Amino acid sequence: MIEFSDVDFDYPQGQPALRDINLSIKTGELVAILGGNGAGKSTLVRHINGLLKPTRGTVTVFGNNTRKASVAEISRRVGIVFQSPDHQLFAETVEKEIDFALRNFGTSLQFRHERIRDVLDFFDLQKYRSSSPLKLSSGEKKRLSIASIMAWKPDILILDEPTVGQDAFQQDKLKELVGLWTDEGKTVVIVSHDLEFLWGLVPRLIILSDGSLVADGKTEEILMKEELIQGESLHKPQLLDLAVMLRGTPPYHSFQNASDAAKWILKSRE
Amino acid sequence: MPAIVFDRYGFTYAGATKPSLEEISLTIEEGETVLLAGSSGSGKSTLLRSLNGLIPHMYHGKTLGRVNVNGFDVSTTSPTELATKIGFLFQNPENQIFMFSVRRDVAFGPENLGLPQEQIRNRVEEALTLMNITDLADRAPHELSEGQKQRVALAGVLAMKPKILVLDEPLSLLDPKTAVMLVEFLTEIKRRMPLTLLIVEHRLELLANLLDRMVVLHQGRILGDGPLRDVIASDEIRPAGVRIPAIVRLRAMLEKNGLRFDSSPISTGELVVQLGDLDVD
Ligand SMILES: Nc1ncnc2c1ncn2[C@@H]1O[C@H](COP(=O)(O)OP(=O)(O)OP(=O)(O)O)[C@@H](O)[C@H]1O
Ligand SMILES: Nc1ncnc2c1ncn2[C@@H]1O[C@H](COP(=O)(O)OP(=O)(O)OP(=O)(O)O)[C@@H](O)[C@H]1O
Ligand SMILES: [Mg+2]
Ligand SMILES: [Mg+2]
Repeated sequence: MIEFSDVDFDYPQGQPALRDINLSIKTGELVAILGGNGAGKSTLVRHINGLLKPTRGTVTVFGNNTRKASVAEISRRVGIVFQSPDHQLFAETVEKEIDFALRNFGTSLQFRHERIRDVLDFFDLQKYRSSSPLKLSSGEKKRLSIASIMAWKPDILILDEPTVGQDAFQQDKLKELVGLWTDEGKTVVIVSHDLEFLWGLVPRLIILSDGSLVADGKTEEILMKEELIQGESLHKPQLLDLAVMLRGTPPYHSFQNASDAAKWILKSRE
Repeated sequence: MPAIVFDRYGFTYAGATKPSLEEISLTIEEGETVLLAGSSGSGKSTLLRSLNGLIPHMYHGKTLGRVNVNGFDVSTTSPTELATKIGFLFQNPENQIFMFSVRRDVAFGPENLGLPQEQIRNRVEEALTLMNITDLADRAPHELSEGQKQRVALAGVLAMKPKILVLDEPLSLLDPKTAVMLVEFLTEIKRRMPLTLLIVEHRLELLANLLDRMVVLHQGRILGDGPLRDVIASDEIRPAGVRIPAIVRLRAMLEKNGLRFDSSPISTGELVVQLGDLDVD
């Protein structure tokens, strides 16, 4: 359970970045946070693992107030993949990068070996096992930063712009990862501008604008609000746009993927 | 004279066991607009770095063949000189913003072109306005959000008004409104002057009307090259894992079921128009 109540946050330089945020995310939920550049998305998610503490108001995670709990206590359960992998990667080799947290959390040698092998296989990074993270392509760095969090299976997984630099295959991997987490009843929070990726995957959207929460609800309902779309730098994903053009305004079960749309179109032409 | 020529070009990073690029032959004429696609790790950024001289002047390794920009051989031209011919956006904006204020950062490029003060000032204000960051002009670039950094980096490139623009994932950190605005701006310049564009981007549904040609890299080699709408719909590029827009995937499914389209729709609107007057066999 993640709970924000009346949260304000100002950066030390005096930039107000969050204003009056009230928000609750249940254990096992899958949500996405959207909003224009500088809206406060990355700032908000950094509050969930206690990296930033609210200037006013409180953030509680699994019942612990992040201002009172130690960072070590929270970070054992909350894994955050930063928007920029360069802010996260620092080990000499890919393998050591992944091992770092596992070792910190005091897991056994055998467990560590298994986890490292599994996550490297998952993201196609086995061939770089003993390379320096600095020699990877940008997308590979991003996958390494995801793999190193995934390795220790945090209860809450936060992904800040996970699809940047990822091709179609890797994007499918990301969807698989999200599925693995939610199947186990774990919580996943995704920050992303990539609505084509989120569509059909994420049931709930939270929209930030200039540091304030301006909408929170079911994905399809949020994306049907024209004023919101115009003002907050959102757009309809192609399949929702198509559903509206062909079938008018929902409610109906709109196309979640291309084959839903194909079936409907073929049927309507019979 | 072509804007860009790769002639049987290859590159292996120092210490690497395998080449990152092999047998690349590619000519891009002045005014051509090209999408460079391919899986993560296929060599896209390596190819772009070979144009602004980062390779071979900064990144060391083994080079084969030849790369020319505007007739200049990259291996014998300094990166500083190449910077006056090509506007280059790095994949990670932090690799190109380093001044203490946003305004100083955007002015850096035009200052290096040796333009008169007055003109520099105008270009900087114009670029700040275009990327909608005038209110951030006095802030420190490293204290901005990632997307704001991307906008600063783009403003710096556009303020140089280059005839050749090489952009490594320019839209990846931008919010949708800004992404669309940038694409429209580039489309408008392209209409007014022969702008050569080479762009790496995974969200191609945004670029379909700006770019004419698509080149696909796979494991360091060229796997596909041709008109964007043909390449995107072709089966040959499947192994490269290009993110195919939902509408393109949908059209393929409908064709398997007997519907025939006479052009390749990429946007929702294009598909709907074609659905209206379809032949069924
Ligand atoms: N500095 C470097 N030293 C050694 N190898 C490198 C270096 N940079 C990239 N490589 C390797 O070269 C290959 C191509 O990398 P490149 O960055 O060109 O890929 P890319 O297509 O741009 O990928 P992405 O979409 O993930 O950015 C990869 O196998 C990568 O690991
Ligand atoms: N280190 C910092 N110091 C001061 N201000 C900052 C810092 N980081 C971010 N800000 C400011 O706080 C606000 C929110 O930034 P944040 O990074 O949370 O935005 P975001 O929604 O993640 O945007 P993006 O889509 O660009 O990643 C912005 O106005 C930004 O300029
Ligand atoms: Mg952010
Ligand atoms: Mg790259």
